[in-house]
Amino acid sequence: MADYEIAQVLDCSGLLCPMPVVKTNKAVQALAVGQVLEMIATDPGSIPDMEAWARQTGHELLLAKEEPGGKFRFHIKKTH
Amino acid sequence: MSQTNGNRRRRLALIASKGTLDWAYPPFILASAAGAMGWEVAIFFTFYGLPLLKKKLSAAVSPVGNPAMPMKMPFGPEGFRQINWPIPNLLMANVPGFETVATKLMRKTFEKKGVASVEQLREMCLEMDDVRLIGCQMTMDVFGFKKEDFVEGCEIGGAATFLEYAADADVSLFI
Repeated sequence: MADYEIAQVLDCSGLLCPMPVVKTNKAVQALAVGQVLEMIATDPGSIPDMEAWARQTGHELLLAKEEPGGKFRFHIKKTH
Repeated sequence: MSQTNGNRRRRLALIASKGTLDWAYPPFILASAAGAMGWEVAIFFTFYGLPLLKKKLSAAVSPVGNPAMPMKMPFGPEGFRQINWPIPNLLMANVPGFETVATKLMRKTFEKKGVASVEQLREMCLEMDDVRLIGCQMTMDVFGFKKEDFVEGCEIGGAATFLEYAADADVSLFI
């Protein structure tokens, strides 16, 4: 079990580049520092893209995982 | 907020020089993604790219001169949709309304696949504080556009405006 709580869930299923990154960024901006966003995507490019986004923005990617059924699950912690 | 490069933010400078629907996507996709990563962005819309700033977007796609463009149907069973219709350029160029059909097919296919429309992508760019959309003054004069023809939130400038911005860019692309 993860030792953090999900503050908000964002579903980007069915959306292609650059929407998951753009929507995630918007959602993270609305969070308080320390809160965690869960984002679900179906775009296979979302894993490398979310990793790059996290490196560029400095927010922490706690989870980036492919799940059965073509889903990708991300947990992002707002760090600043 | 964003990663700094030395002590300043990363910067993307784009020139959008093409106005067809297919070429309208790359500048808006890159600009909105860079904006989401906390970068500063400016897109300089010049020549045929300038109409992408018009209030009502009318970007169309032409398969003429795009020999690699797949012509696929956005409806029907998967097998049917996978067929790439081999339509000769000579035919495309001479059938009235072919561009309208091709444009509709591309819009529909993109929408079905989950790609945002050019309108939506442009709107996202306009919403971002650090994404500047700059229309080329010289092109406006040549084509007879007025500032009122363009979307709220864009600026007008010339080559010097863009170059000054691009001089400090980390990534510069001509599209």
